[in-house]
Amino acid sequence: MNQYPGWKNALIVFFILISSLYALPNIFGSDLAVQVSSAGDNAISQSDLENIEKILDKDSVDYKSASLSNRSILIRFDSNGSQLSGKESLKNDLGRNYVVALNLAPSVPVWLADLGGKAMSLGLDLRGGVHFLLEVDMQSVLYRSIDKYEGELRTLLRADRLYKNIKKDGESIVINFKQSELKEKALKLIKSEVSDLVVVEGIGTDGLSVTLNISNSAQKEVTQGALKQNITTLRNRVNELGVAEPIIQQQGSNRIVVELPGVQDTARAKEILGAVATLEFRLVDEKNDPQTAIQSGKTPLGSKLYYFKDGRPLLLKNRVITTGENITGASSGIDQENNIPMVNITLDSPGGRAMLETTKKYLHHRMAVVFIENKVETVSVDGVKIKKRSTTKDIINAATIQGTFSNRFQITGIDSSREARNLALLLRAGSLSAPIEIIEERTIGPSLGADNIEKGILSVIAGFILVLIFMVVRYRVFGMVANVALTLNLVMIVSVLSIIQATLTLPGIAGIVLTVGMAVDANVLIFERVKEELGLNTNIQKAISAGYDKALLTIADANITTLIASLVLFSFGTGPIKGFAITLSIGIVTSMFTAIVVSRGIINIIYGDRKIKELSI
Amino acid sequence: MKLLNIPEIDFIGKRNYAIIFSLILLVVSIFSLSTQGLKFGIDFTGGTLIEVGYQDSVNLGDVRSRLNKEQFNGANVQYFGSTSEILIRLEPQNASSAKVSSKIIRLLGDDVDIRRVEFVGPKVGEELTNDGGLAMLYALMGILIYVAFRFEYRFALGSIAALIHDVLITLGIFSLFQFEFDLTVLAAILAVIGYSLNDTIVVFDRIRENFLATRHTDPNTIINGALNQTLSRTIMTSLTTLLVLLALYLLGGKIINSFALALIVGVLIGTYSSIYVASSMILALGITKEDMIPSEKEKKEIDSRP
Repeated sequence: MNQYPGWKNALIVFFILISSLYALPNIFGSDLAVQVSSAGDNAISQSDLENIEKILDKDSVDYKSASLSNRSILIRFDSNGSQLSGKESLKNDLGRNYVVALNLAPSVPVWLADLGGKAMSLGLDLRGGVHFLLEVDMQSVLYRSIDKYEGELRTLLRADRLYKNIKKDGESIVINFKQSELKEKALKLIKSEVSDLVVVEGIGTDGLSVTLNISNSAQKEVTQGALKQNITTLRNRVNELGVAEPIIQQQGSNRIVVELPGVQDTARAKEILGAVATLEFRLVDEKNDPQTAIQSGKTPLGSKLYYFKDGRPLLLKNRVITTGENITGASSGIDQENNIPMVNITLDSPGGRAMLETTKKYLHHRMAVVFIENKVETVSVDGVKIKKRSTTKDIINAATIQGTFSNRFQITGIDSSREARNLALLLRAGSLSAPIEIIEERTIGPSLGADNIEKGILSVIAGFILVLIFMVVRYRVFGMVANVALTLNLVMIVSVLSIIQATLTLPGIAGIVLTVGMAVDANVLIFERVKEELGLNTNIQKAISAGYDKALLTIADANITTLIASLVLFSFGTGPIKGFAITLSIGIVTSMFTAIVVSRGIINIIYGDRKIKELSI
Repeated sequence: MKLLNIPEIDFIGKRNYAIIFSLILLVVSIFSLSTQGLKFGIDFTGGTLIEVGYQDSVNLGDVRSRLNKEQFNGANVQYFGSTSEILIRLEPQNASSAKVSSKIIRLLGDDVDIRRVEFVGPKVGEELTNDGGLAMLYALMGILIYVAFRFEYRFALGSIAALIHDVLITLGIFSLFQFEFDLTVLAAILAVIGYSLNDTIVVFDRIRENFLATRHTDPNTIINGALNQTLSRTIMTSLTTLLVLLALYLLGGKIINSFALALIVGVLIGTYSSIYVASSMILALGITKEDMIPSEKEKKEIDSRP
């Protein structure tokens, strides 16, 4: 009577085999590797692989293997030294169209990888790396688009001299009119030509003034556009840094998550990610003296006062020759003549044209390079959080135009080679369309990551063994059955995590440990119930089956409530909490299968379908 | 095979002691929570935390004087685990941007191993605090609905009372001893909610079953019987869970320490409360055999089935 039908046993065996198979990739450890991927949209191809092999052979770097997977090429190494020299030679020879990054590659055998077997992906707290949460300053995006609309309105209404004046007021534009007919005419024009602006009802329409706001849909478009553009720029910058498997994604309406596994120089990563830097090229106003401008407090018409980093003042013309947006290429180097750091700049064709015209016309004048950086920072003032925005504009260099040039030239005046490198990188990767602020950072050094793995695994094993002993002592043969179920449960958790490629974190390991402790609960419930039934019932087979049946609903009720709590955790949680919730949820579901179905199957095989006098329970 | 001997402990008869015990714990917890509150970690308060390792043991005074060079006087510097590892904390007002940590690392010099840097902006901390509170409420509500649907409203109230009891006392202990309360502790408390409920449900299931299966109608006898029948299971499961938590606490490393501690406290309290608090509560709410029997209308529907 206590016998599963054949198909049910087969199903159990099938599940055990499948989960063992997909848990298997995790026992192989990992290789030191260098990962090469494309910096642009071009896919990596077989010819790239051959090229890489050639480069490594040329520089006689020892490598274990090089393989092409869907989006990248992995080169595996035996030692740390050859990994580093391999990275260096590839980086030098492949050029900037490729991202070359150090990585750890799981060494899963080919036949297993072909079956889709993958090792669990480890979170930053286990492999080391940086997690940044960046917030885009949408306010300044809106301010900037108000500037743009103000310009548009002026051009639109100027033709017929429709307005008295146009002012910006925060995120709105106020237009004053002389007559109401002109106002009506202007509003009609605005409605048809600048449909992104809407009249603010109530305060906007009375009298001779009109207040306009950016419509909700246009606001959304502008802010979403800024966010997308920032993500693209960040991706370029991260590619320039050379990081294997970075994550850059939108979170909510104005935030971006950046995760860089394995990055060690976090200070540089922070500088590069957060910088909103661009360049402007302006002519020097040679006719006026900056000192008089400072003393009188009045700058001459058409010029503005700027300062060098060391505080020297200089008057620059208001007209901008070209800006960082026209830069298509930048690389850092050393100026051979003076032995100082420099950046080589390449401009696009509009930029090159403007530069050519200017240098022709103003030969032997001075031209200045202005470095502009926008910053935003949240500070707490009397408990209220406000965003503090600041822009610094420093002249980094002002040199006499010695000859005409167009789209290729050098700039000097940069403090150090490191700064030259950073500036070149930022100019290459493009500028951020809106200032961003790092509002959260979590960095785990590689040594702590390794520690965490070791301690996590140790506590899983220790907890697991303690429970195994405890169960055998208390329930003997039944306890051993429960232990088989528990072991299988661990295997299943690992295989599910590997299959869905959920990220395993330290709290995730804690979730597994907790599951080990709680998963035996189902078996404890069943066994206690079987014992009870044995006291009431003389038929041992009936007692077993009644024990299982009666405990079933209780187990389901108890587990569903825990599942509710862990689902809440999952939906609320950020990174670390999510990791805990995932393993706990998976553990609850798999433990129901192993503790109820599998343990019953084994008990059936041991005791089922025959007369027995005693149970070892 | 031993024949089963179910203990006959008079839990219900001694429930007045339990009520007094619980009340004392609750009063102390609430008092401590309202006077000194919780010692929130930077996940909630915002601020900067840096953990660094040195080759050899290091003098805290040296580190402090290095930091003081650049006006980081507000920094709290302490050993972390050993004398070659230190933890530096900065309050949010001294660390409003992610740059602070880079500055400090530069001051510490090149020979240190940066093990961990955490910076939480003031806004993020605030959001986490709000979300954390909400998560706790959602979990309680979801469970309340499920239990009310599966059992009866008195059971739902009883289990929620037990949960609030467990959560308050766990929080109270964290407040009383000023253990650090960070994001992982919040996760642990939500897990405690799940665990404590697990225990309570098992007892409730048995109470319901006994109401329906026996001719006894005295709620005291029935509940007491159910508590005794489930006692060995309650103890077994708590023990296995505590065993693994102890392993986690002792071997899991410093980051996971307070997480394991919160669960240990929660499981202990949860075990006690599933025996005393939840069942005392349904008894006080006046549960009877009639409440367990399907109503006349439902019965007719069942009878009329073919």
